[in-house]
Amino acid sequence: MHRQLIRLIIFPVILLNISSAHAAEKTHQGEVEDLFFGEALYHAYQSEYFNAISRLDTELMQYYDLDEQNLSSLYHHIGDAEFSVGDYELYYRMHNRASRAIKAVIEGNVEEVVRNAAGYRLAKIYYQKNQPLNAFHAIEKVKGELPHKLRYEEAFLRAQIFMVNGKFTDAINLLKPIENSEGVKGFAGYNLAVALFQSGKEQQGIAQLNKVGQIKSTDEQVLAIKDKANLVLGFRLLEANKAEKAKQYLDRVRFTGPFSNKALLGSGWAAAAMGKYDRALVPWQILAKRNITDKSVQEVMLGVPYAYGKLDIHGKAAIIYGQSLEAYSVELERVDASIKSIRQGKFLSALVGEELKADKDWLIKLRELPDTPETHYLTQMLASHDFQESLRNYFDLSELQQRMDIWLKELDSYEEIISIRQAYYQPLLPDIEKQFRVLDSKMKLRTQQRNRLDSRLKKILIAPKPDLLATANERVVLQQITGLEDEYKTRGLSDNDPAMARISRLKGLINWNIYTEYDTRLTDAHKHLNQLDEHMNELDKSYRAFVRTRQAATQSYKGYDNTLQQLKIRIKQAQPKVKTLMSRQGYLLEQMAINELEIRRKRLEDFQVKARFALAESYDRATKKQEDEKVQKVENELKEDHE
Amino acid sequence: MFTRSIILLFSLLLAKNLLAVEMVTKEQIKGLDEQVQDIKKEVIAISGDLNQLEEKLLYPSNTQVSIFISLEKNTSTPPSAVKIDLDNVNVSHHIYSYKEVEALKIGGVQRIYTGNVKTGKHQLQVSFINKQGNKGKENTFSHQFEKGAKPKLVEIKVSNSGISFKNW
Repeated sequence: MHRQLIRLIIFPVILLNISSAHAAEKTHQGEVEDLFFGEALYHAYQSEYFNAISRLDTELMQYYDLDEQNLSSLYHHIGDAEFSVGDYELYYRMHNRASRAIKAVIEGNVEEVVRNAAGYRLAKIYYQKNQPLNAFHAIEKVKGELPHKLRYEEAFLRAQIFMVNGKFTDAINLLKPIENSEGVKGFAGYNLAVALFQSGKEQQGIAQLNKVGQIKSTDEQVLAIKDKANLVLGFRLLEANKAEKAKQYLDRVRFTGPFSNKALLGSGWAAAAMGKYDRALVPWQILAKRNITDKSVQEVMLGVPYAYGKLDIHGKAAIIYGQSLEAYSVELERVDASIKSIRQGKFLSALVGEELKADKDWLIKLRELPDTPETHYLTQMLASHDFQESLRNYFDLSELQQRMDIWLKELDSYEEIISIRQAYYQPLLPDIEKQFRVLDSKMKLRTQQRNRLDSRLKKILIAPKPDLLATANERVVLQQITGLEDEYKTRGLSDNDPAMARISRLKGLINWNIYTEYDTRLTDAHKHLNQLDEHMNELDKSYRAFVRTRQAATQSYKGYDNTLQQLKIRIKQAQPKVKTLMSRQGYLLEQMAINELEIRRKRLEDFQVKARFALAESYDRATKKQEDEKVQKVENELKEDHE
Repeated sequence: MFTRSIILLFSLLLAKNLLAVEMVTKEQIKGLDEQVQDIKKEVIAISGDLNQLEEKLLYPSNTQVSIFISLEKNTSTPPSAVKIDLDNVNVSHHIYSYKEVEALKIGGVQRIYTGNVKTGKHQLQVSFINKQGNKGKENTFSHQFEKGAKPKLVEIKVSNSGISFKNW
């Protein structure tokens, strides 16, 4: 039995921080340059992985649609974003998709440090998914610079992978230098002991466990591993018939930690093995008062009267066997009630009804559920990794179901919004359209005029043409003078005629002004063009705003039908899948729970049988002892009378 | 001797107990897990498309405004609650949970409001409430921003020296 226990206790390599319920740790360094990326981080840091992945997916999709990606604020974080999405998928237990995302990062054009971090994650996925060879190949590709925070964790993971691939010496070499390093303290030392045992170095393994069993720390996880080291060492020594030493290690285990019940049980065994049943009773009686759902507690209820029996206190032993029998009966009834309640479907509704979100405290919250038949043995079941993972999946499916129910309602309200908008805008738009066409043609005309002026001015700059800058009045006067000149010429007046000379003087006067004021007029013309441009810009802004508003009005109700319908179809297709998976996952959980309870029931029944036999034996012995005492008394009296 | 006596006492072991129980296999758990992963992928894709639809339908670019809150590194007094007024109308208020504050502290950015405004100038007023004992101390800050044709993003950054606004 000890051997079995020891195998159960020592066999698994201890995993460090693999619980996927933990919130994502800070992955991004420096200032956030993209607010939406920051928003995804905000969700992830609160364990809201669905929201984080969905946000990042949307951002990445929009980013890759851009022509000039370097102008996007996500450009600064694109490596981080790609990496984070894989990381969050991992936390959300989408290992398959996470592997693909992380592989894409590894194969992409990223810095060595990012590639190595991705390689570490990929190796961890394979390791957790029990694919040791894939994990080995993945970790072997991690070479060179690593993120600072991963430096010890990477070595720790590498050692774990070496161990599951039978490379114990390599694992030992990796674990030795990091056994006291931050983040892996205790875990590295413990696994080092496991590696030493598995490589046949029994004595070094024992020494290493002893070392881990004396670690000083205030961290609850480290203290738990310290307890485990002492427990394993205690049981190993107990098996090797070194009970006295074993008891020393078993007594090191804290009274309140997760291993305290097993340690109390073992400590009693160690004392019993030394024949010191009175000392065995000390830890066993403490243990006997604890929660009866615990295996060790159930077992010690036979241990305590057994010790009394060995101490020749058969009467008390018989009474305690009787109490144990009663307790087993009560517990058997509870187990049956639990099984019945679970079969009625109350187990799953009790779990989901508590609105337990997948945060780091969800296990604690589950343990705090009120004691009902369906939850009576829950704490015991939660010890199983498979049960925890299945339960998480069930929670996730329940969350997906709720989300999709809400989405369908939202899509209905979107349809209503669209129809209200349509009812409002549709009658208005034809008139707006008419006004728009008038405005549009005016705009085009004015723009053409302005462009013509601009073009003329540019030509004047190259080849000056003062005539073109004559005022309207000057043009009229010049036209009148030219008319008179033509008329006089028709009448046959010569150029020397005083009237012609006068005309020539008048023309000269006007041309004088045109030519001498040319520079000023050109400057003024440019000034006026600039002023015109300002007005044109204002007009253009109004025009564009009008176009946008008109477009927004149209787009506010047009072009959504297909998208809305498709989304509805997709949700309605996904809903039954989620429902089916939920019921299958639920059935699996119920089955696991019932299986555990059935095992418990059998075990309790076995204990009950043993308690009955032991009770009878104790009564016999107590009666025999009483009779022996009576015989002895009579003999003594006879002896005294004879004397 | 000791082992023998223990065996005599607790002779019925787990191995016997396992016989009568219908076991859930690792393959069953793995197979179901794969299917759960597939449906998660499907629903996340729907969620992404819904995000885009919502943005287009409810908050088109020409009117969209979003307000974000972030915390500068090493900010010693993160806010307990916040109130946002836009053009003298209260549009959002929020009381922070421990988890939210922790997420802000390590670089998360909270989108506290998304809405619609017309182009032109707008007045943003932010009130942060910091819990001091049983009382709350309220500090109010104002900021003007100009809404153009593109979506307008305003970041409110909280630090030890007060707050700063950044228009994106």
